[in-house]
Amino acid sequence: MSANAKAPLLQVIDLHVTVAEKPVLKGVNLTLNAGEVHVVLGQNGTGKSTLAYAIAGHPNYKITQGKVLFEGEDLLDMEADERARRGIFLAFQHPIAVPGVSVANFLRAAYQARFHGGVVKATDKSAGKDSGFSVMEFQKKLVAAMKELKMDPALAMRYLNDGFSGGEKKQMEILQLAMLQPKLAMLDETDSGLDVDKLATVGTSAAALAAKHNMGILIITHYKRMLNYVKPSNAHLLMDGKVVVSAGPELADEIDEKGYEHARKKYMAAS
Amino acid sequence: MIHENEKIKRTPDLVAETAAKANEIGKEYKFGFHDSEQHLFRTKKGLSKEVVAEISEQKKEPQWMRDFRLKALDIYFQKPMPNWGGDLTGIDFDNITYYLRPTDKQYSNWDMVPEDIKKTYEKLGIPEEERKFLGGVGAQYDSEVVYHNIRKDLEDKGVLFLSPEEGILQHGDLFREHFGKIIPPADNKFAALNSAVWSGGSFIYVPKGLKVDIPLQAYFRINARDMGQFERTLIIVDEGASVHYVEGCSAPVYSSDSLHSAVVEIVVKKGGRCQYTTIQNWSNNVYNLVTKRAMAYADATMIWVDGNIGSKLTMKYPAIYLMEPGARGEVLSIAFAGKGQHQDAGAKIVHCAPNTNSVITSKSISKQGGRTSYRGLMKVLDGAENCKSHVVCDALLLDEKSRSDTYPYIEVDAEKVTIEHEASVSKVSEEQLFYLQSRGIGEADATKMIVAGFIEPLVKELPMEYAVEMNRLIELELEGSVG
Repeated sequence: MSANAKAPLLQVIDLHVTVAEKPVLKGVNLTLNAGEVHVVLGQNGTGKSTLAYAIAGHPNYKITQGKVLFEGEDLLDMEADERARRGIFLAFQHPIAVPGVSVANFLRAAYQARFHGGVVKATDKSAGKDSGFSVMEFQKKLVAAMKELKMDPALAMRYLNDGFSGGEKKQMEILQLAMLQPKLAMLDETDSGLDVDKLATVGTSAAALAAKHNMGILIITHYKRMLNYVKPSNAHLLMDGKVVVSAGPELADEIDEKGYEHARKKYMAAS
Repeated sequence: MIHENEKIKRTPDLVAETAAKANEIGKEYKFGFHDSEQHLFRTKKGLSKEVVAEISEQKKEPQWMRDFRLKALDIYFQKPMPNWGGDLTGIDFDNITYYLRPTDKQYSNWDMVPEDIKKTYEKLGIPEEERKFLGGVGAQYDSEVVYHNIRKDLEDKGVLFLSPEEGILQHGDLFREHFGKIIPPADNKFAALNSAVWSGGSFIYVPKGLKVDIPLQAYFRINARDMGQFERTLIIVDEGASVHYVEGCSAPVYSSDSLHSAVVEIVVKKGGRCQYTTIQNWSNNVYNLVTKRAMAYADATMIWVDGNIGSKLTMKYPAIYLMEPGARGEVLSIAFAGKGQHQDAGAKIVHCAPNTNSVITSKSISKQGGRTSYRGLMKVLDGAENCKSHVVCDALLLDEKSRSDTYPYIEVDAEKVTIEHEASVSKVSEEQLFYLQSRGIGEADATKMIVAGFIEPLVKELPMEYAVEMNRLIELELEGSVG
């Protein structure tokens, strides 16, 4: 079944998600098209990250009702790795360390998975010959991407996220974004833990990548800082497990100025 | 008991002939028996003074070695079986052939080699010839021609790299000076056994100040038929010298012999350096019970790199005695236990002098009910002040059936000593798996990456070819359980 180019990039339809036997999302609706930047706003614990993890396919996030379509195809049928290969990306808020696995090796495996049909096994004698994968080409791209992000090249030889500062971890997430060029990128609190300068670099790069590849972006945040760089076209407010209002970017400003209690009174009554 | 009229006559001619043959490099070492002797020699099952005496006769050994063997046999019979470690009840001691002349060794035939081993050879892309060698089948693998030049070069520099049999005959004094001194037969039951019936192994001497650049590989010198049950290795690194010895094979080796009990003795003199790397991947019918010990003198460095992948049961605790100030010891150990396997491995470090350092890093992986145990002794003797030691033992359990245990023993009798011991047991983290999967890497590949990452600090210490093979092997092992 091939992807439907005319369908929206992402359609979340009446999505109910349970985590550790607790219902978190209780009927979320959201539609996102390629090239659009949507911000999901909400207080802690409302399920913003849950939405991202459910779309990404984390096994602990159980879909109890509803659908998620990616380019018109049923996403919930697919395993997390298949979703990623099709072009879904999640930039984690707290990226985990994988000791002993170098950044370079990891990125190469992910890159091969995304663009060359899968990870090439060391035991496979015909490795990479037919898939069109070129190590040289990959290396060049990696060097260029790291330079663009002002990352120390030595980071490529270090073990993935192992002993990285908070800022380095976030940069690593965006580096992956640059290398994997997903169709849909979900940025989970990417601005948290970044100082002003790092945020500027990360934010600018993310925005440039998004524009260049006509990505659909879903930004999860409860601060405004990231939105200064990656400018949203749409905003959704998540409250008590549902999207209570969807609007243009001015919604983000409104919440920033007037707070969540105000928003609750204004929008909860209506929905 | 050897009857008087069956005793083999030792003529000076016979001894000379044997010595001449032993000197030929790259040629097969026959133990110099005559046709007239053949009918006297029988391969017997089981162990007795008769068998041990026959071994010594066959090798044309000097009296001292023959006495040594017989005394060791007495000790072996007296000592009880160890009541710790793995389960040794499955060994049928009476049904083992303790000595076979290399020329008599029956090859297994290819049909006897287990299917899963054959499949591994195929997946690893091992050439046909080599597969048969590893399977203990067929004619010797012709490595001797290739490595002849390397050996010649070493000889010219004064390096001795011989079998222990050749060592006794050609360098008797040097050999006798150290043989059995580092690991006396009374050390433990299996050291006693080896001392009685040992055959084959390596005898290495590196002269003062010489640094041997290339790793000395056991297979430069040993062919399939010599890969023995009871190898005896002695390495002497003279002052300021340096050598790296590599033995074993990461590809699975099929052995119809079910008991392997080797002894390795190493002396590293002042300022010297020795690294001994082993990968063992015996077929899973083998009991692998090894005693390895090194003495490191002033400012000397000794490193054991120990990989245990195969066998039904391995009991192996490479030891380093830090004899004089400035000595440094390190043990890096990987153990992988799959279904029906028990790797009981670890290290022993004894600080006998002040200002000595040691590091033990142990990584173990268990899957499908396999069991790994870390058993380690860190001992600091009275007077060994100002020592530092760091022990890390990490265990990875790949499923709920598998098991890992840690038995650390720390005995400190000196002051101003720093001992750090860290242990962890983990399973492959769900979060790590999801992170990799969220980048398009499938679950099986993600597990392999994580496991490879777990042993990476150790694998990077292996010579390149071993590291590559080790990684491929782990991949294949995991495919069996995850794929």
